[in-house]
Amino acid sequence: MIPALTPELILYATAIGLTTIGLAGVVLSVHLFRMVLSLVIAEAGVNLMLVLAGYRWDAVAPILTSLGEQPAMVDPVPQAMVLTAIVIGVGVQALAVSILIRIRQRYATLDRWEVAERMDADIAATAGTPRDVSQEAPLGERPLPPIPAKRVDPSGSES
Amino acid sequence: MTTIELWIALTLALMMLSAAVMVLLVKNHIAAVAAASVVSLGLALLFVLMRAPDVAMTEAAVGVGLSSLILALALRRLGLWEVDGKTVKPNPLSLNREKRDG
Amino acid sequence: MGNLTGLLFAGGLGFMLLAIAGGLDFGAPPMLIGSAIQAQAPAETGATNIVTSVVLGYRAIDTLGELSILFAAAASAGLVLGRRHTSAGTQTEGGFILRTGGGILFPLMMTIGFYIIFHGHLTPGGGFQGGVILAAAFFLPLLARPGAKLHHSTLSLIEGFAGASFILVGLLALAEGKAFLQPLLIQDTLGQLFSAGTLPLLYLAVGLKVGAELASLLSRLAQTEASQ
Repeated sequence: MIPALTPELILYATAIGLTTIGLAGVVLSVHLFRMVLSLVIAEAGVNLMLVLAGYRWDAVAPILTSLGEQPAMVDPVPQAMVLTAIVIGVGVQALAVSILIRIRQRYATLDRWEVAERMDADIAATAGTPRDVSQEAPLGERPLPPIPAKRVDPSGSES
Repeated sequence: MTTIELWIALTLALMMLSAAVMVLLVKNHIAAVAAASVVSLGLALLFVLMRAPDVAMTEAAVGVGLSSLILALALRRLGLWEVDGKTVKPNPLSLNREKRDG
Repeated sequence: MGNLTGLLFAGGLGFMLLAIAGGLDFGAPPMLIGSAIQAQAPAETGATNIVTSVVLGYRAIDTLGELSILFAAAASAGLVLGRRHTSAGTQTEGGFILRTGGGILFPLMMTIGFYIIFHGHLTPGGGFQGGVILAAAFFLPLLARPGAKLHHSTLSLIEGFAGASFILVGLLALAEGKAFLQPLLIQDTLGQLFSAGTLPLLYLAVGLKVGAELASLLSRLAQTEASQ
């Protein structure tokens, strides 16, 4: 057994690892649903970190068991914060997922770059301005959307 | 923390980290949702070890149960519910570019 | 290029968190508020579960804010998904085990949900956990019989009533000359079911609100049109 293997190391490594993996997934993933899943993982890591901040050696759970002398208890304030954060997290997930459903209905794809491309074209068509294509990445092999200025139908990008 | 708790925490930590990596790497979307709920389950058990039973109950009810349910329902609606590589309900608007990401 | 930037970002973030965590003193929280709350909570709120006394007593306005965030998220999810519902038939009927088990499990889940809500001030549990179980209980028949419909108007009535009663209890404390949402009616029966004054009422409101919100959210998600 490695001598440095303390609970401190294990738990903090888990919390930091989950947060980092989750945020890396948010940045790197191409599929939008994968992005939501990565968000779930990052949230789990942050919750673990918050509960860890209130942990105390040799303490009991913050529930009174007798009326006499109280043993040392774990800090209850971070736990109350995490309690609400978990429920908020599921609300955010549901919102993200319903936005994904609408994106899929409108653009028929969940690829991140393709959705960005079509959304960009859609916005340009609605605003009646020429699309800004002067980004450093060329459009490349992606199929060019129709010229936006000519399009009047706002829902024209449905395939 | 006793030694047995240390070993339990180590096992759970390894399980959660590998499941988190699997969420990003695995191809099938149902498997990815399952791996995400494995992360939540390990987190609930870790909360018990951290003397936070309230939070553990919430995580077990919300993170493992409800969140997986929401994600699975969304998989159905998004047409990504595929078993053995093919979508169960054939959809005319199937993804034109199913990318494996990581 | 983009991948490299993302990996760099993730690595830098991990390093930053590591640096922060290295400075923390594990196992000995520097916060003093925790021990102060622990010493005073039984006398001030009458709850044996200290986390409940923090959630509904010392940080009750926080909980009110959390409820409004959840309401905003559920309302905007409903707005994004729209009101269109599928007729029955797009979803496959549940099997025999799911239908029978749903019928048997429904009263049990209701019972355990309310049990967890009502004992929130004594044991681990409370409005959030019990509310989620209530939502699952209402969603189960929907899963077994796709044609069944939840009454959205009833659900929103329950939700609005619960939210209003949460604020009403807070205003009651204000009328008594105390602070907003300060616990009232502290009896001298620590550890009994009827103790802790208004905290169980607040948790009941939280549980009903969370349950109704999540049940309507789930049924919306289950019944929206599959992408054309």
